[in-house]
Amino acid sequence: MSLLDYFRISKVGTASLAKERLQILVAHERSYRNQPSYLPQLQKELLEVIRKYINVEQDAISVNFEQDENQETLEVNIVLPDLNTKNT
Amino acid sequence: MARIIVVTSGKGGVGKTTTSAAIAMGLAKKGHKTAVIDFDVGLRNLDLIMGCERRVVYDFVNVINQEASLNQALIRDKNCNLLYILPASQTRDKDALSQEGVGRVLDELKKDFKYIVCDSPAGIEKGAHLAMYFADDAFVVTNPEVSSVRDSDRMLGILASKSRRAEQNEEPIKEYLLLTRYSPERVKLGEMLSVDDVQDILSLHLLGVIPESKSVLNASNSGTPVILDEKSDAGQAYADIVARYLGENRPHRFIDDKKGFFSKLFGSK
Repeated sequence: MSLLDYFRISKVGTASLAKERLQILVAHERSYRNQPSYLPQLQKELLEVIRKYINVEQDAISVNFEQDENQETLEVNIVLPDLNTKNT
Repeated sequence: MARIIVVTSGKGGVGKTTTSAAIAMGLAKKGHKTAVIDFDVGLRNLDLIMGCERRVVYDFVNVINQEASLNQALIRDKNCNLLYILPASQTRDKDALSQEGVGRVLDELKKDFKYIVCDSPAGIEKGAHLAMYFADDAFVVTNPEVSSVRDSDRMLGILASKSRRAEQNEEPIKEYLLLTRYSPERVKLGEMLSVDDVQDILSLHLLGVIPESKSVLNASNSGTPVILDEKSDAGQAYADIVARYLGENRPHRFIDDKKGFFSKLFGSK
């Protein structure tokens, strides 16, 4: 950030920054709130099953729950290890 | 039909007890028999704000445990004979309140009172949960500040999913926003979230804005709800809020910076 930018932001005030941060955070927390409560357990068990066969990292799996007006989607994303580093 | 109002926020120190005392007094002054209950078991303070701390004999937990009758525990307010206070207990037992017990006391109050104001403790623990569980209306007290807004949103989620109305698939709790400690001058300078900013984030019906005011501390110092200080800005703001809640149409005040040039120059309040 240049010195000029610094002056510009301090002149505008920090309220707009607060609003921006809150909007992102609140949207994130609301989507999390609507998730079914079994999601963390599902993620854990899926990971256990996958690890029986493939050596994936703890954070290689993500389970997302999305909800719109007429449907609910459960998205499971597994990142498999690189072919070169695969050791099983 | 009696209505149960919960004054809630999630975050502490935003003005829940000040608001509970003010709106309970406002509703009573408008001729409605009102009870105000302190749910902050272990840290009671509503009695101090209402100025009846020396008249507490029995409390909410005594009534729940049937050690005292409701009439023995209710304290009639010294300024308004339609207003009664049910103080919290100072016990350190976290499980002193039970859902069944609270429900029973509220049912008994509903027979005799028009409005029952539940002053919630901060946090999302048992006391806060029970304060909102039976509510018909929720006054969400928020400061124009990031942590308060976030916690208010969290409370909205809890109101929408964990209340009696939610559990029994009834019409949801009516939620209202009360923005407290608002400083129009700082908003104008871009230093503080504006009413519109907070509403954009929380999407709540605005019941009123309470300006940052010296009168709030004066009121708590003397143990009189700030709404009785009719000359003060905060007192008037609470009076507007009560009137709006009862269906009167009053334009919003204390949102714009109306300070004159000279008072700005000399920084007077």
